[in-house]
Amino acid sequence: MFYLETGQYKTSYAKDQQIFPLVQDRVGMVVILLVAFVAIPLLSSNYWLSTIMLPFLIYSLAAIGLNILTGYAGQLSLGTGGFMATGAFAAYKLTTAFPELHFVLVLILAGVITAFVGVLFGLPSLRIKGFYLAVATLAAQFFLVWLYNKNPWFTNYSASGVISAPPREVVPGVVVTGASGTPEAKYYFVLVLVVVLAWMAKNMARSKMGRAWMAIRDMDIAAEIIGIRPAATKLTAFAVSSFYIGIAGALWAFTYTGSVEALAFEINVSFDVLFMIIIGGLGTILGGFLGAAFIILFPIALNQSLLAMGLQNAIELASHLEFMIMGALIVTFLILEPHGLARLWQIFKQKLRTWPFPY
Amino acid sequence: MLDAILLTPIAEIMAFPPFFFEVLIGGLLTGVMYALVALGFVLIFKASGVFNFSQGAMVLFAALTFVGLEDMGVPLILALVVTAAVMVAFAFAVERAVLRPLVGQAPITLFMATIGITFFLDGFGLTLWGSEVRRLDIGIPAEPLVIGDLFLNGFDVVAAAVCGALVLTLALFFQYTATGRALRAVADDHTAAMSVGIPLKVIWTIVWSVAGLAGLVAGIMWGAKLGVQPSLALIALKALPVLILGGFTSVPGAILGGLIIGAGEAVFEVFWVGLHGGASQDWFAYMLAMVVLLFRPQGLFGEKIIERV
Repeated sequence: MFYLETGQYKTSYAKDQQIFPLVQDRVGMVVILLVAFVAIPLLSSNYWLSTIMLPFLIYSLAAIGLNILTGYAGQLSLGTGGFMATGAFAAYKLTTAFPELHFVLVLILAGVITAFVGVLFGLPSLRIKGFYLAVATLAAQFFLVWLYNKNPWFTNYSASGVISAPPREVVPGVVVTGASGTPEAKYYFVLVLVVVLAWMAKNMARSKMGRAWMAIRDMDIAAEIIGIRPAATKLTAFAVSSFYIGIAGALWAFTYTGSVEALAFEINVSFDVLFMIIIGGLGTILGGFLGAAFIILFPIALNQSLLAMGLQNAIELASHLEFMIMGALIVTFLILEPHGLARLWQIFKQKLRTWPFPY
Repeated sequence: MLDAILLTPIAEIMAFPPFFFEVLIGGLLTGVMYALVALGFVLIFKASGVFNFSQGAMVLFAALTFVGLEDMGVPLILALVVTAAVMVAFAFAVERAVLRPLVGQAPITLFMATIGITFFLDGFGLTLWGSEVRRLDIGIPAEPLVIGDLFLNGFDVVAAAVCGALVLTLALFFQYTATGRALRAVADDHTAAMSVGIPLKVIWTIVWSVAGLAGLVAGIMWGAKLGVQPSLALIALKALPVLILGGFTSVPGAILGGLIIGAGEAVFEVFWVGLHGGASQDWFAYMLAMVVLLFRPQGLFGEKIIERV
């Protein structure tokens, strides 16, 4: 009874097609945005903003990107880390070659470059699928990270190979990258980008393109027969997905870590993002956020509980335990709730709708 | 540019052929060790259609358990037996806890579940035994073998011999024992095999056990070569492109794929990228596999993938 759609009439096509047709969803969205834009910056410390909220938002963006490819279009990819590195280095090269270029434009161009690279490595998907494709995308992961690591052109011939992100402003006087940006500025900048991109992703997923992705995922042969071009559909999925992941990679290097280095994007990043979308929910935008929150908060909670149990020098143990519990969780989720946390949220909404009656 | 890619390396090879052959044979022997890991994948894929991502973790876990027991003062043979028993127990656990609840799911779901197993097993092994690099000495001589003009790594030759013996044993096991025949029947057609009374669950347990034992052998050989350490799992990951190259369903394909990748990456590294940063072994295998996939999706020896609607 808290979530009834009864009585909400759609009297125009525009109303029928709006992104959140229910008034409860719209109110909920406004509340979430108010919390994100007002409450969190007011209530949380700088530490919380820069070490938890920033990676959460950036990982959410990467998870949305991978979810477009794996969750919506059904193409399993283990190359996320490589594509994130591509975005980071593209942004670095662009912003050092053209320091006057606005940073948002730099990010968009970095995303476009990553999209091209993604399409290149997506070409095998035209002939193979499933785990064959997963192995092919491993090539992207290992090759790209190696390329940026070993080729000094990408690091502007810096001696150590580790380069700090140059400070860049979005509006005059507000630095959002590197060490000199304040956590609040970085947080707002990333938040605005994530909100806009998530909104675009949500709309793409319910457009003709998104439906084509889902048709290819559910059964490629049937999709082809009803007139969906498999090559174009798969490659647009790779392009859009890599665009998102590239921007996430650039943000990771420029706002979160503050240094651009290839080794920050090792294969574990690929697995982390894959786990986010499995735990969060394949084929949902909400799942990206839920999964990212889980993967970011879980190790912290584990560390805290180990400390609370009196295990002092338990950092190594915690990281091993984290691996172990994460693996067990993945298997558990695949067995019990293959649709992830987003599905639990749907079940909860149904409960709200019918409460206090069971159906 | 073209000169650096085409002419110079060829000229280097021509200038001193014995060195080229040393690199080539060294690569081939490493390739045999890749094939050793790849075998475990092929066994499970053939019998259950599950693409077992966790083979690498099984290699690491077996090696960790073995070296851990040995460090505790357990004699070599006993450590070997206990580790083998642990791997069989692991096979039972996987069948019971993961495979059985997921029966009938899409292959990609099972694949992701094995990624979960990978993380679990890595974490479990490291929690149990710690993550420092351990030396594993099983008494294989390390001095180089000299044949004519060529210097070969004695250890690699022994490893190749072990791998050959393992392959031969497995081939005989598949060909001549009742269990082996049942395994082949399951590989051919699950439903038909069940209808003639082959117990599928038992077969799965057996095949995961055999893959675990193959992982144990691979773990001991790799551990003795590089020391037992977490990065062993990353080397085992390279068995994936080996498989792609050879075809998922073919044991000879796994061997040949291993040889091609081992030799290819060694030659490529030494003559092509050596001066430009190096470490191309990280990606060469994957790139080669990707290119092969573009032209021959079933690999060199795999069965042709036929899709039915």
